[in-house]
Amino acid sequence: MSIVTELAILVLAAFVGFEVISKVPNTLHTPLMSGTNAIHGIVVLGGLLLMHESSGFLEHVLLVIAVMFGTINVIGGFVVTDRMLGMFKRKPDPVAQVEADAGDGTDSGAAGGAGAGGEGERE
Amino acid sequence: MIGVGTVFVQSSSFVDALYIVAFSLFIYGMSGLTGPRTAVRGNKIAASGMAIAVLATLLTKGVLHGGSTPWLILLGVVLGTAVGIPAAVNVKMTQMPQMVALFNGVGGGAVALIAWVEYRHHFGGGFPLKVEIPSLFAAVVGSVSFWGSNIAFAKLQEILPGRPIKLPGQSAINLGLLVIAAASAVVLAAGTHSQALFVLGILVSAAVLGNMVVLPIGGADMPVVISLLNAFTGLSAAATGIALDNSALIVAGMIVGASGSILTNLMAKAMNRSVPAIVAGGFGGAVAAPLHSGGSDGGTVRSTSAQDVAIQLSYARLVVIAPGYGMAVAQAQHAVRELERALEAKGVEVKYAIHPVAGRMPGHMNVLLAEADVPYDLLREMDDINPEFSRTDVTLVIGANDVTNPAAKNEPGSPIYGMPILEVDRSAAVVVLKRSMASGFAGIDNPLFYDPKTSLLFGDAKASVSQITTEIQAL
Repeated sequence: MSIVTELAILVLAAFVGFEVISKVPNTLHTPLMSGTNAIHGIVVLGGLLLMHESSGFLEHVLLVIAVMFGTINVIGGFVVTDRMLGMFKRKPDPVAQVEADAGDGTDSGAAGGAGAGGEGERE
Repeated sequence: MIGVGTVFVQSSSFVDALYIVAFSLFIYGMSGLTGPRTAVRGNKIAASGMAIAVLATLLTKGVLHGGSTPWLILLGVVLGTAVGIPAAVNVKMTQMPQMVALFNGVGGGAVALIAWVEYRHHFGGGFPLKVEIPSLFAAVVGSVSFWGSNIAFAKLQEILPGRPIKLPGQSAINLGLLVIAAASAVVLAAGTHSQALFVLGILVSAAVLGNMVVLPIGGADMPVVISLLNAFTGLSAAATGIALDNSALIVAGMIVGASGSILTNLMAKAMNRSVPAIVAGGFGGAVAAPLHSGGSDGGTVRSTSAQDVAIQLSYARLVVIAPGYGMAVAQAQHAVRELERALEAKGVEVKYAIHPVAGRMPGHMNVLLAEADVPYDLLREMDDINPEFSRTDVTLVIGANDVTNPAAKNEPGSPIYGMPILEVDRSAAVVVLKRSMASGFAGIDNPLFYDPKTSLLFGDAKASVSQITTEIQAL
């Protein structure tokens, strides 16, 4: 791609980003933050792309650490966001209310959902 | 396609098409975050976009080439998964700001390391400017983000003190470091290829700069800092995308950059301060003087008991709860939810007033209360709840201080004058739960505490709230 094409993509992405993100309500700012956090973990692709042409111990170590960091960022970010979002509820219906009162039903439910969200990531 | 560093060209249009699918899913997923009901699905959609992007990369011709390559990739992924999943599953909601800081930091670290390897590949010439400039940018910004986030993490985790740590001539030192990093980048871009200049000049000075920028920033300014560092990592990822000719990286990085910038601005506005002023740091230190003068003319405070508060709340029609960082520290969110239920059982209407910068990150209070099962339609944003305070019988302030300080409205001399606040002083009565009479983060005295209609209940927030709940149930 030419630099002009790429700058065009960059500028358009900025406008789309501003448009979409400015509609997110205050309530969801923490999940928004951790969700976008997970998305910038996409730099892991850079590590994947460079691995095969790197040589020598130092470069391998640097890239393995980079891939590890990126993976932590992506997987951790999406899982934790999923966990958080699972907690946001409207006024609970009577059934949910009973369950919540019964104890930690909500917590285990959220953790289960998090596991499912994580599965999608493990390629 | 114009060849860029020859090897980075992804000739396969199939792979490019997958990248387009991936970034479309990011955008679609993020647009789901506009409401709590669609948000869970939105996050999953974004995650599946990420899975597709990773898949597309692995499908790229030559990426798995070489005997050790797949194993090294696997090693990195396995290590990352082994660290990331347990951390994400086990983290407490009160510790979410540090978690986000940490995840943000590792992202920035990955960017810086990738830029380093890329620089080594082009060592000794053959570095097209289109690759070189974004790589240098990524190295500087990624490194600042990594170290800055780590310091933010250490402050939030209380490994380092939350108060501002400042050296004499801090601003000059920071400026100097920035100049060193930028000058090294310019020299490198101009054609000098020196490994030492790259590593020492750019990575190390940016690392020190990251440390120096965040160290002087106090705990209450963390919402701004975390948002800003998030934007930095996003922009550096977008720069890496340009260097690597990867559309998914460019779009994803830029969206994060946009989101981080929006949040940074919102947070700064909610504190009535400019972003440069916050980054310059030392808010707590700068206003040390008013702290002493404020204490003397304070007057007397009225302290109360859990039993009295219980009676006061039970006979109210509308009670507004204004939580702050103190609620998070005391882990009192579940106890607060119990209190709300006990009051509702007595027919009292309860609402929550959420200041945008209450806590240590944007939306911190909302997540904690959501964790405690508080329905999100009971949470009111500052602009919605302020007109309601005049018909509120009792406002219960739990571990919040500066965001309720009427001096921000009434005293032009106050350091926080002009900051939008929760106007709790307009309600008929105010009960403040506090650990002690220590001033808030900003070190400013709060006239609210000396208001005749305010009473204070001293003690740990969680214990106090539970006690009040017990008393209410006994009534």
